[in-house]
Amino acid sequence: MATSKMTGDTAAIPAPSYLFHRHTLAVRVTHGINAIAIAFLLGTGFNIFNAHPSLYWGHYGAEADAAKRWLEIGSATTPAGQAHGFVRIGSLTVRTTGVLGISTGSNGRLQAIAYPGWATIPAGRDLATARNFHFFFAWVLILNGLLYLGHGLATGHLRRDLLPRLKELGPATIGGDIIRHVRLQFPKGEASKRYHILQKLAYGGIVFVIIPLAILTGLGMSPGANAAWSWLPDVFGGRPSSRSLHWVAANLILLFIAVHLMMVVLAGPFNEIRSMITGKFRIDPETAK
Amino acid sequence: MNLTTRRGLIGFGGAAAGGLLLSGCDAVVGNAKLKAVAQSAEAATLRWQRLIGRNGLAPEFSAADLSPNFKVNGTREPMEPEYQAMKAENFANWTLAITGLVNNPMALSLAQLRSLPARTQITRHDCVEGWSAIGQWTGPQLGTLLKAAGLKTNARYIVLRCADNYGGQVSKGGAQSTSRYYESIDLVDAFHPQTILAHSMNGSPLSVGHGAPIRLRVERQLGYKHAKYVMQIDVVSSLAGYGSGHGGYWEDRGYEWYAGI
Repeated sequence: MATSKMTGDTAAIPAPSYLFHRHTLAVRVTHGINAIAIAFLLGTGFNIFNAHPSLYWGHYGAEADAAKRWLEIGSATTPAGQAHGFVRIGSLTVRTTGVLGISTGSNGRLQAIAYPGWATIPAGRDLATARNFHFFFAWVLILNGLLYLGHGLATGHLRRDLLPRLKELGPATIGGDIIRHVRLQFPKGEASKRYHILQKLAYGGIVFVIIPLAILTGLGMSPGANAAWSWLPDVFGGRPSSRSLHWVAANLILLFIAVHLMMVVLAGPFNEIRSMITGKFRIDPETAK
Repeated sequence: MNLTTRRGLIGFGGAAAGGLLLSGCDAVVGNAKLKAVAQSAEAATLRWQRLIGRNGLAPEFSAADLSPNFKVNGTREPMEPEYQAMKAENFANWTLAITGLVNNPMALSLAQLRSLPARTQITRHDCVEGWSAIGQWTGPQLGTLLKAAGLKTNARYIVLRCADNYGGQVSKGGAQSTSRYYESIDLVDAFHPQTILAHSMNGSPLSVGHGAPIRLRVERQLGYKHAKYVMQIDVVSSLAGYGSGHGGYWEDRGYEWYAGI
């Protein structure tokens, strides 16, 4: 594709494009399994949330405990008879009719439900089925995650590719990276072989902080795990607090996925997706300075 | 194939995958075989929780932590004539039968149960729906009663048969299902020190809403395991023959028998 034009002895010959082996088989397989598990965990999780769409802080929390409730997704009817959906966080209420609180069901009629059917697995209210699949994929997430971490430690992938270097953590590096992102300038050539600092922080944050937080707050809600590890719910301030933080972790994962997919699209979806399927990532010659 | 069409194909593939993901997930969870695979996680959870804390105690709280308003859930009052008759007599003629695979079948009156050594515990009740409430419960340990009854060697489960018809759609629980509430636990939980037959709550006799005259407290599991209005205890080797054979009213409707998570 690139036809280099010789202009003289001193002119640099642009290096040809070549395919670089970017992701190991273990990373590609565990990434794929993780993506499926997270998709099911989020969908079934929203269905489970719909069974009691309120969050509390402390050691107990139910309908009557208004003082403990900090978030509610619900619906109400105005005196004029107009139904609307809302999300209430503390004293702030936002109307969310059509998406949260009230949405159009599969039968085409408006229904009062916290998360809409299109966001939940299964689409209709079904706490039993949602729980069955939630806990199955929780096991998948944990076992697959342990395989990934074991492989990453053994091969040095975590240390080499995800661990930020001290010099990368300076404000100049991070600030410069943020500016380049805002301008949609992505690393080219040899620089694109390595993760830059924002990638390291995002991937490391999801792998080492957010997903572990989701798992531990999930176990913080389990009465069996609470009996075995009585310190666990106390770390988060109680079982209702664990449930609140579990929901926060789920939203952070959702936010990560949204940004992650957006970056894949902006950075060149063909090359990026291919590298997560076949492992091969095309390196283009660096453009002239 | 040139790059443009390959790119187009991937874009199309991505959009199609997104669409498939939404409808495909519903197809997955609606598939009976895949659902059976998903339900295998229950056995893994049970084994793992027994491994990390077979004898672990559920957290206990102080009187200052009590929920000001402990929610009544499930049946609020059994309307069956037999229950109403017992309630009218303040359960004076109610007896708890312990039968099945025991050497000494017995029938205990409420007065006898109240006179037994009791355990008082302030624990958190976790509903499968997601809310929690803290209450104080008093009653004899189930293990004490089972030791007195003498379990036969093939005993494996304790089935609690309740007074209330939960109602709803009986068919949802399978062909053999009934609307009568029942629950079951294994011997590890039956002999756990915090597993009691509570006759009192927050220092007063158990109210009808919370399961008078007695309810099970099995503190390491979710609320639906804590059967209210217990009328009879069967010691059995198999759960077949009760409802659809899954070991409880909600279990027959798809909920986990082991509700430790």
